Amino acid sequence: MYSDNILGFETIEKNLKAMAFKRLIYSFISILAILFLLSSGLTIAEENNAGSFQRGLSKFFDYPVDLFKEAFESGWRWYAYVFKYLPDLISTINMAFFSTLFGAIFALLLSLFASKNLIKNQYIVTLSRRTMDILRSFPELVIAMIFLYLMGKSELPAVIAIVIHTAGALGKLFSEAIENADNKPIEGLQSCGASWWQRVRFAVIPQVVPLFISYTLLRLEINVRASTILGFVGAGGIGEALSAVIQFRYGDEIIAIMFLLVITIISLDYFSRFLRGRLIGDNK
Amino acid sequence: MEQVLNQNVIDAVDLKHKKHIRILIITGFVFLVYLIGSILHFDLPNLAKKWNKDRASMFMLDIYAHKDHIKMNWKDPQKIDLRFEGGHRHVYKDDPTWLIRNKNNQSTIVNFDNGGQFVFFPNRVEMRNFPNINEPFIFKLNKNGKPYVDGYVGKESMLPSWMRATENKVEVRPSLYERLQVYGSKVEVHRYELGWKYFWFDFDSPLVGKGFFDAISLMFNEDRVDPKISNFNLVVNEFLENEIWHHNTVLFAMVETLLMAILGTLIASMVGLPLAFLAAYNVTPLSSIRFFLRRLFDMLRGIDMLIWSLIFLRAFGPGLFTGIFAIAFTDTGTLGKLMSEAIENTDKKDKEGIQSTGANKVLQHRFGIIPQILPIFISQSLYYLESNTRAAVIIGAMGAGGIGLHFLGALMTGNDFENVAYMAILVLVAVMCIDTMSAKLRRLLIGIEDKK
Repeated sequence: MYSDNILGFETIEKNLKAMAFKRLIYSFISILAILFLLSSGLTIAEENNAGSFQRGLSKFFDYPVDLFKEAFESGWRWYAYVFKYLPDLISTINMAFFSTLFGAIFALLLSLFASKNLIKNQYIVTLSRRTMDILRSFPELVIAMIFLYLMGKSELPAVIAIVIHTAGALGKLFSEAIENADNKPIEGLQSCGASWWQRVRFAVIPQVVPLFISYTLLRLEINVRASTILGFVGAGGIGEALSAVIQFRYGDEIIAIMFLLVITIISLDYFSRFLRGRLIGDNK
Repeated sequence: MEQVLNQNVIDAVDLKHKKHIRILIITGFVFLVYLIGSILHFDLPNLAKKWNKDRASMFMLDIYAHKDHIKMNWKDPQKIDLRFEGGHRHVYKDDPTWLIRNKNNQSTIVNFDNGGQFVFFPNRVEMRNFPNINEPFIFKLNKNGKPYVDGYVGKESMLPSWMRATENKVEVRPSLYERLQVYGSKVEVHRYELGWKYFWFDFDSPLVGKGFFDAISLMFNEDRVDPKISNFNLVVNEFLENEIWHHNTVLFAMVETLLMAILGTLIASMVGLPLAFLAAYNVTPLSSIRFFLRRLFDMLRGIDMLIWSLIFLRAFGPGLFTGIFAIAFTDTGTLGKLMSEAIENTDKKDKEGIQSTGANKVLQHRFGIIPQILPIFISQSLYYLESNTRAAVIIGAMGAGGIGLHFLGALMTGNDFENVAYMAILVLVAVMCIDTMSAKLRRLLIGIEDKK
């Protein structure tokens, strides 16, 4: 307290200015680094791209315009296409839903072992954390492609890939939620002699369940996108339909599928935000 | 009185509890039914049946082992053809130590590490000394030029399970590491050994056989291997131009993918932040601009990265731009929406404090809002950088190029699994590096343990 007065305003001002100068230097360096990265990256991109940037820019609207023109020309038939691909869409959503559910179950199991406040053994915690890191690090597509190759074309490889990735990604979020849970209820139960499972059941779960459900809903949204993409490489569903019509260049059907996808993603976004708002209690 | 009230409260709580339990049981039951139905729908019980065992074992074997092909034509038994992985250009000039040619009886012996031998004679192939196999099998050609196992004609079902004789081919596989195929025209032996051979330097390189540390020490050695160029350049060139592992292309593709992710995220955050300011009600009074920007964010985000990449693929062709813009467009929407919400949630007092000093609007935002949202902005941008690294691999495989496309290509050829594994490991390492770096950076810049 007193030392501030002893230092004197001049020293404080000097220190402040030195700090401001340091910050300025740091900001300057980071801005320079970002600019360098941007310019050099874009140069490399320009050199290695199949077509040049300017030509591409001028052609940017060609493809969407063509597609829309074709969709417009097909008239009322276009609406039939929307319904034609509805079953595919449902199968994709089902794939995502099932893998999210399954992945969440695995994530739950893993996260219990990856939380420091539940498991006292440091090795088990580290081991399950590293497991989740590895599960999370592979892009779904890499796992799905390998399994597709080994198992033939079906929905199963995609499901496995999404489950693996979801288990890792959700497990990390879950274990962090558990670790951030208030310790007092756990200690309270422990003081009256509750077993490990009783502590988890009555002190941890009530605190973390709303968070868990909210994270799982967010993941569901991501997984719908992922299962579409996996369909594109041969796992069925609307992704496969999209890749087929793109190959055949059926512009009207491409637009119909894209329309379905966009509507699905936007409505899922609103729906999950609504549910999450209800669960966590702050409507944003 | 108090007693009665208490009883009422207890009853009410009890009722609510029972209702709660009932809802829980019903939801649990619905989920269980759905799970079971879906498990049947996705055919999980038949997982083992769908699993292509041959492909899987070949895949695994190829990942940790390499093989040499030894081929003999029945027409010209003296000419033994030796190739690494059966490649067109990878022909051994000198005999390896495990191959012995016997000039006296015109035989050639292929030795295996477990003591087993396949011996080529001009008119037959013998199998000797394999552990746990006592019978010496002999393979010959009959008058019609078809292969058969000596002593087992018409008794093919008596053959051991690791041997298969059909009309045109006899296939012998005592273990995973030895394989013999006898055809009417030729005999082919595959000899497997552990490890990634020629990973550092390829077949024709002057440095072949050198390991990593040998190469490093050679780099700083004064005596030139090739008098024309320095050792350092030679080592780097020979490593990059490895024809079997294609380090040159693969590493460049990895850089491309990382560039896609980094540049895409950079552009998204640089465009998204100003737009987010314009879309926040406490910054922009005009509701029409806000409404327009909100819908723009929804559109950018709602059109999936997959669709963006397809559109850009048509415009820019396969390459970096497609990936960069697909990522930048989608994430401008996401970051813009997130940041505009963060701006709206900022504490009003900071801005009012600045306003009370008579500062203009720009300064109010600069010192009243930005310090509050900067930590969120940085941590969200870094978080999206992490997920975009994975996304860039995926977009790459959809046609934008980079490591994703190479991965797909290597997998589709069906026999370069070591390259598939190499690229998968490379992706894993890159993703983990980016994750760790962004976590460190976040801690450094924000100074608190991140909770995302």
